[in-house]
Amino acid sequence: MTQDLRCEEVIDKLLEYLDRELDAETDEALARHMETCRACFTRAEFERKLRARVNETGKVKAPESLRRRVRAIVEHY
Amino acid sequence: MRREKRIAFGRQGIKWREQPGPAAASALGNGAMNEARKKQSECPPQAFFEAEVERLLDRLYGTALRLTRNRTDAEDLVAETLAKAWATLPKLKDRQAFEKWVFRILVNGFISERRKRQARPRETQCGQDGFSLFEKVHQPFLLWWGNPEQELLDKLLREDIESAVEELPEEFRLVVIMVELWGLSYAETAETLDIPVGTVRSRLARGRSLLQAALWHQAGEAGIATCNAKGGSR
Repeated sequence: MTQDLRCEEVIDKLLEYLDRELDAETDEALARHMETCRACFTRAEFERKLRARVNETGKVKAPESLRRRVRAIVEHY
Repeated sequence: MRREKRIAFGRQGIKWREQPGPAAASALGNGAMNEARKKQSECPPQAFFEAEVERLLDRLYGTALRLTRNRTDAEDLVAETLAKAWATLPKLKDRQAFEKWVFRILVNGFISERRKRQARPRETQCGQDGFSLFEKVHQPFLLWWGNPEQELLDKLLREDIESAVEELPEEFRLVVIMVELWGLSYAETAETLDIPVGTVRSRLARGRSLLQAALWHQAGEAGIATCNAKGGSR
């Protein structure tokens, strides 16, 4: 991976970058690119914020009925 | 452990500490948290289990709800998951791995139940490869002012995002949930689902694309964005 990436290459790897799935060299190259590229930085920020919103949907207050069932599991087994 | 990233833009030097995945959050804690967890790992099994369940229950339930799309089934899935986890807790050698371990039990329980009800989830053929919500919002003809990306994110309701996740075909929904909601790596996701890493990567890309297309469609229906002017989203 060369040090200077084009925006197309950054966009292509952006989600894997945010997932921290890139090798260290590529990861560093993307980070460097976004230090000076507003467009890619803005896009990365958008994806990160969207991801945070999606992540929120995975947390829902468990109902009391479920809490009772869980307590029963621990007490009876 | 996930690392902190710093991204600077221009002279302002914006610090961007990426939001750690939920699984990473526990690992990133300060000394006090590490000490607390160390103590927890030494405590009796029941106390350890109850503390971990208390910490994770809302996330387990929320995840089950996104998977099953049904409150009753979600409750059953979590209860069965925790019953199994409690019964097999002595087999768990590393208590620090409890979170991912119990999540894998939940996912496997979901898959197992689905297999009982239907032979196999249908392989989904759908379009929207490479759909990008960001690119849609960035259309210059849109009458935005200010920060259109942020405005879109602010106006999307939680319910919109929940239904977009739940509408994903199962094979995509699973990987999106595992990576985005639980912070599993591609390799961990592949191992849990017993599929190649490359399949995880492609399903994740397709799943995210479908998710963003669904959100764009919902934004259009809600009048948040004029997606229909560009030919709709689906």
